[in-house]
Amino acid sequence: MELYEFTAHQLHNLLLQRKISAEELCTSIYQRIAETEEVVKAYLTLTRDQALAQARRVDQRLRAGETIGPLAGIPMALKDNLCTKGVRTTCASKILFNFIPPYDATVVSKLDREGAVMLGKTNLDEFAMGSSTENSGFYPTHNPWNPDCVPGGSSGGSAAAVASGEAIFALGSDTGGSIRQPAAFCGVVGMKPTYGTVSRYGLIAFASSLDQIGPFAKDVTDCALVLNAICGRDSMDSTSVIHELPDYTSFLVDDIKGFKIGLPKEYFAEGLDSRVRAVIERAIKVLEDRGAHIEETTLPHTRYALPTYYIIAPAEASSNLARYDGVRYGFRAEDAKDIIDMYSRTRSLGFGNEVKRRIMLGTYALSAGYYDAYYNKALKVRTLIKRDFERAFEKFDAILSPTAPSPAFRFGEKTDDPLTMYLSDIYTLAVNLAGLPGISQCCGFVDGLPVGLQLIGRPLGEGTLLRIAYTFEQSTEHHRVRPRIGKGVA
Amino acid sequence: MGKWEAVIGLEVHVELKTNSKIFCSSTTEFGGDPNTHVCPVCLGLPGVLPVTNKKVVEYGIKVGLALNCEIARFSKFDRKNYYYPDLPKNYQISQYDLPLAYNGYLEIESEAGRKRVGIVRVHMEEDAGKLIHEGTIASTPYSYVDYNRTGVPLLEIVSSPDMDSPEEAKAYLEKLKAIIQYTGVSDCKMEEGSLRCDANVSVRPKGSTELGTKTEIKNMNSFRALQKALAYEIQRQIQVLEDGGRIVQETRTWDEERGVTVSMRSKEEAHDYRYFPEPDLPPLVISPSWVEAVRRELPELPEARQRRYVNDFGLSSYDASVLTSTKEMADYFEECLSFYPQPKVVANWVMGELARLLNATNIDISARPVTPRQLASLLELIDRGVISGKIAKTVFEEMFSTGKEPQQIIEEKGLVQISDEAELRAVVRRVIAANPKSAADFKAGKEKALGFLVGQVMKETRGKANPGLVNEYLREELTKL
Repeated sequence: MELYEFTAHQLHNLLLQRKISAEELCTSIYQRIAETEEVVKAYLTLTRDQALAQARRVDQRLRAGETIGPLAGIPMALKDNLCTKGVRTTCASKILFNFIPPYDATVVSKLDREGAVMLGKTNLDEFAMGSSTENSGFYPTHNPWNPDCVPGGSSGGSAAAVASGEAIFALGSDTGGSIRQPAAFCGVVGMKPTYGTVSRYGLIAFASSLDQIGPFAKDVTDCALVLNAICGRDSMDSTSVIHELPDYTSFLVDDIKGFKIGLPKEYFAEGLDSRVRAVIERAIKVLEDRGAHIEETTLPHTRYALPTYYIIAPAEASSNLARYDGVRYGFRAEDAKDIIDMYSRTRSLGFGNEVKRRIMLGTYALSAGYYDAYYNKALKVRTLIKRDFERAFEKFDAILSPTAPSPAFRFGEKTDDPLTMYLSDIYTLAVNLAGLPGISQCCGFVDGLPVGLQLIGRPLGEGTLLRIAYTFEQSTEHHRVRPRIGKGVA
Repeated sequence: MGKWEAVIGLEVHVELKTNSKIFCSSTTEFGGDPNTHVCPVCLGLPGVLPVTNKKVVEYGIKVGLALNCEIARFSKFDRKNYYYPDLPKNYQISQYDLPLAYNGYLEIESEAGRKRVGIVRVHMEEDAGKLIHEGTIASTPYSYVDYNRTGVPLLEIVSSPDMDSPEEAKAYLEKLKAIIQYTGVSDCKMEEGSLRCDANVSVRPKGSTELGTKTEIKNMNSFRALQKALAYEIQRQIQVLEDGGRIVQETRTWDEERGVTVSMRSKEEAHDYRYFPEPDLPPLVISPSWVEAVRRELPELPEARQRRYVNDFGLSSYDASVLTSTKEMADYFEECLSFYPQPKVVANWVMGELARLLNATNIDISARPVTPRQLASLLELIDRGVISGKIAKTVFEEMFSTGKEPQQIIEEKGLVQISDEAELRAVVRRVIAANPKSAADFKAGKEKALGFLVGQVMKETRGKANPGLVNEYLREELTKL
C-alpha cells in the first residue's frame, strides 16, 4: 500500500511509530500529485518548499520526543478561498489572480498550530459559485473516478484531491452544498458544520449568512479529527457561536440502536435519479439493520428553498464582491477613461459569467422597489424553512437524503442552463438556509461513480451525524473503494 | 423673507473619541502617515470580518440619553452599498431602520424664546477614507487614498425639520456640540472634521403647513459657512419660487469662495444604496440595565449646569448660558472658583478679558494660556490692593501672552500699586497746585473736576496709584484749601 492510500489516523500511527517521517510522507504525496495532477487538476497553487519545511519541523519534534497532535505532519489541501499569509489566494478568479493575503484565515492558523502540512491551494468555482468547478477562472478540475465527469463544486478541487490521494484531507467551504455535493461526486466524506461552529475569518465571503468551512476526509474518523482542529469560537468572527467544544472523536461509536431518522418525502420526489434512489434505499436498509428507526417525514417548504437561496445568496454576494474594483489589489483593467470606466472594465474582464449573473441577480433583489418583494420575502421564507426542520427534529435525531439527485455529470452537460446546474444542489441548499450541520458519505456506486448519502442534524448536532455515519461506515466497505487513477488505486 | 418661511433640518456627523476603530483594533488617532493606522479589517481585504467595538455602542447610548432619546432594545447594523475609492469594501456599515437611539430633542434659545428641536435618530456607522488629488479632482491623472480614517466610529444625528432660520440652525448645532462635548465622547472639532454638518432646506408660504421641495446642502465646514450657506439657499429658493419656478429636489454643495450653493446631483441621479442587514454582525440587544449604567455615568449637562449657576451662584441667566456654552469654559470657571470663590467676579473676568483675548488670538480655552489658578492669584492681588483693577488688565494680557505668574510680572515691571500715604499725598498736593482752576471748580461744586485731578495723579504715578486712596486724599486736600 502506498502512503497516499492511508487515512490521517493511520498515518499518525505510522509517524508515532517512526515507521515514516513527515518529510517522507510529504514528498510521497507530492509524488502522487506529479502522477495524477495532469488528469485531475485539483490544485491552483502548490507550496512545496513551505510544506517540506513544515514537515521537517514535525520530524524535529518527533525526534525531540515531543508529543504531536493527530494532524501533525499530515499533508492536506486548502480551498483557494481561504486566506493564506504570503501564499497567493485567488478564489479561482482572474480578479484576484495576484492577490497575496497579508494574514492567515483562523482555520489556517489553527491547522498550522496542529502541525498539519499544507500542500497547496485547490481549485473551485469562481468565488465558490457553482456546482461543478467548471466556473473556475483558470481551468476545470476532473473527477478522479471518471475524468470526463465533473468533481462537483464549488469545492471540487479539495474533493478531487482527497479522492485521488493528492491530499490526505482538505478544507472546503459550503454555502449551498459546496462541500457535500463534491464529496458525494468524488466518494469522500464531506461535512458542513452548524453555522457559526467554524470561524469564517479569512474565508473570502460569498454569502456571509450561509458560508461555512468544513472538512473533506477519507473516512468519518478523519472527519472528526479535522473538526476537533478547526471548530471553536473566534473573537474575530462575531457570528461564531459560543459553546463547549466536544471531542468529536467521542462520537465515533459503532451503534445507532434506537436512533430515529426521518426521510423527507420532498427529497425523494421527481428529479431524483432512480439508480441513485436504489443505492440510497440499500443504505437505508443498512441503517435499519443496525437498529435505527427510519420513517418518512415532511419538510413542506422544500420547494421554496432554491428560489429563496438564489435571492439571499446573490444579494449578499453582490455586496461582498463589491470590493473587487481594481483600486487596491488584484486585477485592474488598463486604459480606463475615468474611475467609473475603471470599475466597470475591471469587473467586466475580471469576473466570469456566473459571478456576474449572481451579482446582477443580487443587485436587482436589493434594489429600491424590489427589496420587499424579493429579499424581505426570502428572509421570511427562510424562517419557514428553518421551522420545517425544527418541527422534524422534534421527532427525529437526523434527517437522511441523497446528497445530490444524480451522480457526477459530464463536462458541459449543465453549463448552458444555469437553472439545471442550480438543481444539482436541491437537497443541500435548505441546510445552509437553516444553518444546520450536514454530512455526505459514500454509500454506493452508479456506473462506477460514487453516490452520496446526506445526513442532516440539529443545530450543533455534529456528534449525532458522526455517530450515524461512523456506524454506516463500519457496516459497509464503500469508503475503502478508491478510484483507479495514476499508477495505483487511490 | 417677507411672506416666506424656511424649514431647516440638520444631519450631523460626529467622530467618536474611542481608542480603536469601530470594527477593528486599529488606532483612531488623528493624522499619521497615510495608510499607517490600518489593518486587514479596516482595509476591507478579502475574507475579513467586522467585530463591533462595544465602546462605540456605549458612547452612542450616552449621546442618545443626553439628547433625551429612547434607546432601542433591539438594534442592528446594515450595509449601505455605493462605490467610491475611499470606501474599501464599497459598502459602509451603517444603521438603517433600527437606529440605536431615536425620538429625542434638545432646546435652543431663539428669537421667539426657548425652542425645542426634535432629534429623529442617532445611529452608528464607520467613517470612510480620504482621497488626495494631484491638483484638482477634474485634472488629476490619478489620486491617492489614505485609509487612516476608514473605520473611525461616527454617530449620525438627524434633527427634525424644526428650525426656521440660519440663526436657529447655528444655535442648534452649537447646542448639540456643547451637549456632545459635555458627554466627553467627541472633540467636535469642525476644522478637524470630527463634527460635520449637512442641511435639508425648503421654503414655503408663511403659515402653510405643507413642506416645500427640499434641497440637501453639503460641504459647510464652519458655523459661519452653515449660516451663510443656509441664508444663501433660502434666498435662492425664494427667488426661484417668486420667479414662478419650481425647486428641484437635489443635493447642492456650498462653494465657500464664491458664496453660493451649486448643484451636485439631482434626485434621479441619487444613489440607490440597497441597504440590507449586515450579515457579518449579529443584531445588538441592549439591556435596560446597560442603559441605566450609562445613564448613571452621564455628566451634568449644559441645561443643568446653567440652572445651578443661576440658583447657587446668583449669576444672570445670560451669564450662566455663556459660561456653560462649552464644557471647557464651564470647567475653567468652576476650577477658578475653587481658588477664588466669588462667582460674579470670576464670571466677569472669564467672559470679559479672557474671552476677549481668546477671540483675538483664536486660541481655544482648552489650551488654557492662563490657568484658573493664575487668574485666581491675580484676583487676590487686586483684593489685597497690590494692584489696581486697571493695572490687573495689563498684567492679565502679559500673563496671557507669556504664561508668567502675575506676581512675577508685577515685580518685573514695577507695577505694584502705590498705597503709601505720604507718597500719595505729596503727589496729590503737587497736582492740586499745578491745576488751580480744576481745584476751584471742584470747590465750586463741579464734581467732574475731581475726575480730571484723579486722572492727573494716575498719569504722574503711571497708573500705579491706588485709586480709592487717591480719591480719598484728593477730597481731603481740596477741602483743606
